[in-house]
Amino acid sequence: MSLAFDLALCILILGAAALAVFGRDLFGSIVFFIVYGVLIALAWITLGAVDVSLAEAAIGAGVTGVLLIGAWQGIRDGGGGEPEAPTPWPLHLAAGGAAAALCGVISFAVLSLPGHDGLAGEVPENQGALELGNPVTGVLLGFRAYDTLLETLVLTAALAAVWSLTPSQFWGGIPGPNHVKPPDGVLASFGRMLPPRGLIVAVYLVWAGADAPGGAFQAGTVLAAVWILIVLAGLRDEPRLSRLPLRALIILGPLVFLGVGLIGMLLGAPLSYPEGQAKPVILVIEYALTLSIAATLALLIAGPARRR
Amino acid sequence: MSVVELITAALLAIGVFFYFAGTVGILRFPDVHSRLHALTKADNLGLMAIVIAAGLHFGDGWIAGKLALIWLLALFAAGMAAQLVARAALSPEHNA
Amino acid sequence: MMEELFMLAALCVLLSVAGALYRAWRGPGRADRMMSAQLIGSGGGGVAVLIAAARREPAILDVALVLALLAAFAAIAFVKTITRDGAGDPEADTEDGR
Repeated sequence: MSLAFDLALCILILGAAALAVFGRDLFGSIVFFIVYGVLIALAWITLGAVDVSLAEAAIGAGVTGVLLIGAWQGIRDGGGGEPEAPTPWPLHLAAGGAAAALCGVISFAVLSLPGHDGLAGEVPENQGALELGNPVTGVLLGFRAYDTLLETLVLTAALAAVWSLTPSQFWGGIPGPNHVKPPDGVLASFGRMLPPRGLIVAVYLVWAGADAPGGAFQAGTVLAAVWILIVLAGLRDEPRLSRLPLRALIILGPLVFLGVGLIGMLLGAPLSYPEGQAKPVILVIEYALTLSIAATLALLIAGPARRR
Repeated sequence: MSVVELITAALLAIGVFFYFAGTVGILRFPDVHSRLHALTKADNLGLMAIVIAAGLHFGDGWIAGKLALIWLLALFAAGMAAQLVARAALSPEHNA
Repeated sequence: MMEELFMLAALCVLLSVAGALYRAWRGPGRADRMMSAQLIGSGGGGVAVLIAAARREPAILDVALVLALLAAFAAIAFVKTITRDGAGDPEADTEDGR
């Protein structure tokens, strides 16, 4: 029965992906991409990667849909519309060839690696040193903390790139359109009902992340989604981007992470944690990262400042 | 099969039935508002039966609470989305 | 035995929501497409609950929790686009939601 389920899921994922890529209607493609995200989250569950599934569910169902539909609206209102003149076929061929070549190089690199089980064998053996029950959190913040540190910095850099698109007269202003404050309607009530529950779920996810699937990224994405909902419902406006507390919030996580890494360097190796104190230090990094990821993702969706 | 298992199986059958009913509705009903109606009601009934079945299977109070929360959140989301999308579908430009 | 039953139910729910993909593909309206996405979200939550029960892994329920929590977000973004600049009140009776 599991096999039949896996097969059906695979076929659906391929179908949704194909319709998202080849669909003629831009809005239809976006819908299929959202569907694809949900199906991929289910695929991660069947593969036993609940941590990844949580992140995919939060990103795919919550954040990407809002981002893409906003982009679709921008294209429609901006008069861009669907591309009218078809791109010449040599360009298609060149792009396809380049993608195939890249795919070939990566496949070759992966296949030529010596046989190795990755970290699957070593993580459980050394897990005890970190006092964490969740091996994924152990890898992300212990054994491969470099990767995670750079990923959070990439997120911050992406926000800087988005902000660099701000017209100079609006620099440091407020992003997004000025949403109408609706009287008590369905959306406004939902905007009041959901955020407290979302906060509880986010706190729960980061709390559970030490010993069970969850963690900073999943919780941060849920918080970002709550932030976006409050703005869309017109209950609160986006903050002014020049505000110091906001900017401090954005770099809090990377800064704490870097600080711990530097202290580790003074005591021994970079990003090493003091013996016996690994878990509290990791939790502090996780909590700081959660807040920064939430603010960064929400502001990435909001885009550059559009008003003073 | 124990009594609890029988009840669980029956609830699963009910859940699957309502999901199918929702899909038949969304495929067969003639206009967008009827389809909305089929989708948001039948599916949440299906989810309710499934959630109760899972709760009986786990047999744990905390998990049952989480399952109830899942169902309530889905119910709120579907009710709210149906209301808003139904209104959006009234505008002919955006229904095309 | 019960594990098999839960996986069977998961398969049935998955296939049933897959039927709704037809509406996402054909439309005719954007509202139809949007509601299909909403259906996949809630159906996906149901499937996650069923797999969690089949494997007796409560952690999988958290995925269903997140899916249920965020199920309506795309629909909200969609209804905002019917107003001018995406900034109006989608429930207002005026044409552009202002």
